[in-house]
Amino acid sequence: MKASVGGYARATDLRHALDLLAASDGMGRVLAGGQSLIAALNMRLSSGDLLIDINRIDSLKGVVLAGDRLRIGALTRHAEIATDPLVAQHAPLLQKATDLIAHAAIRNRGTIGGALAHADPAAEFPACVLALDATIQVEGPQGSREIPAAEFFVDVFETTIQEGEILTAISLPIQEANERQVIHELGRRSGDYALAGLCIVRREARHRIVCISVGPKPELAIAAMARLDEGDEDGAVAALRDGLDPPSDTQASATYRRHLVGVLLQRAIADLNGATA
Amino acid sequence: MTVTFSDRIDIALTVNGEAVEARVPAGRHLVDFLRLDLGLTGAHASCEHGVCGACTVRVDGQAIRGCLMLAAQADGTEVWTIEGLSDTGAVADLQAAFIARNALQCGFCTPGMLVAAQELLNAGGVPDRTTIREHLSGNYCRCTGYEAIVDAIETVAIARSGRGAA
Repeated sequence: MKASVGGYARATDLRHALDLLAASDGMGRVLAGGQSLIAALNMRLSSGDLLIDINRIDSLKGVVLAGDRLRIGALTRHAEIATDPLVAQHAPLLQKATDLIAHAAIRNRGTIGGALAHADPAAEFPACVLALDATIQVEGPQGSREIPAAEFFVDVFETTIQEGEILTAISLPIQEANERQVIHELGRRSGDYALAGLCIVRREARHRIVCISVGPKPELAIAAMARLDEGDEDGAVAALRDGLDPPSDTQASATYRRHLVGVLLQRAIADLNGATA
Repeated sequence: MTVTFSDRIDIALTVNGEAVEARVPAGRHLVDFLRLDLGLTGAHASCEHGVCGACTVRVDGQAIRGCLMLAAQADGTEVWTIEGLSDTGAVADLQAAFIARNALQCGFCTPGMLVAAQELLNAGGVPDRTTIREHLSGNYCRCTGYEAIVDAIETVAIARSGRGAA
C-alpha cells in the first residue's frame, strides 16, 4: 500500500529536530534510514504521523574512537558499519552482524540508531549492543542522558526513550586483547529475520550471551553465562534452553526455537574454543 | 528556525543526469515519484514493504529500495533508473548477458536485478557465485529460478575483469 503521512519536515540540526518533535504533539516520528518505519507506514500500521527526517544531521553520523570507548553515531548506516575499520578492530561483533541483516539495498539505508530505537526482538543490533555492554545516548528537551543497554529495551518495539527524545549515539567499550565476539543465527532464507540467533562476547574469561528472536526483548542469559564462566559447556546449553520462553508462530514453534538456540550456543562455543586453541 | 511540517515538499534532484524540480506529497515513495510523476516506469512498485526488490534504483551511487525512501528524502540526490542506465550503456553488457542466458522471462524483476547486479560489479573483482547469490538475495524472481541470472552476472564479471576477453 501507500504510506499515509500527516506531514514531513527536514531537520537541519539536532536542536531543530528536537524542536520539531516537541511541536508534533505526540504525532512525531523520527525518520532515520526508514527501512522499518516506511515499511510500517506503507502497511498502514500507523497513519497521520509527522515525520522528522534526521538524515541531514551530520553530528549524528560516523564512528570515532574516544579513549577506550567507541562512539557510533545513530545515523551510521549498516553498510558503513560493515566496512568501517574502527568497528572491525574494536567491535567486530557489529561488523559480523551486518552480514546477517536484511539485504544489500536495505543495509545501504538502514541505521544502527534506527534499529535500536525500533527495538525489534528479531533484529541483530539490539542483541549485539547488550552483549557488548554498550550505552545508548539520547538527547531531549532537558539535555542528554546515557542509558545502559541492559535498561534500554522494555518490550517488543518499546524502549526507555521518552517522548521528545532522540537517540543520538551508541558508546561501547572497545574489544580487549584476547576478547572474542561471535554471532550466529538461523533463518530459512538469507536476509530473513532469524528464527533464532545468538551473540556471545567473552572478555577476561567472562561471557555475555544474548539471544535473538526468542523473546520480547534482548536479555542477558544469566544462568547460561554463569555455567559457561565455570567451563560447563553442556550445562550452559541446558541452562540457556531452560531459561527461555520463546514464541510459537508460523515461522517456528517454541520447541524448535529452544532447540535452535542450544545448537547455536554449541556452535558459538566451538568458535570460541577454536580461536584460542 | 522553522518548526513546521508540510504535506507538500519541494524537491530538486537529478534523475538520469537531468535536473528535476517538483512538489511532492509527504508520503510519496521515490518509486512512485519516478513512475507516476516522471513517467519512468522501469522500476516497479510491487510488495511495497521492502521485500521483493522490484523497485530497486540507484541513489547517490547506491542501490536502494524505491518503496522505502520518500521522494521528499531524495532532495539533492542523484538518482539513476534503468532508463538512464540503459541510455548511457552502463549496463549494456549485463542486459546482453541476461538475454543470452535467458536470465529473464516476464521481466518484472529485471530492472531491479540489473541495478543490484551493477552495484555488485562496480565494487570490482570477480565475485564468486555465492557472493552473487547473497547480493541478489533481496531481489525476487518468480520465473527463472535464479540460476541463469547468476550465470549472466558471473559472465559479465569475468568479461569486465578482462579475463574473458582473450
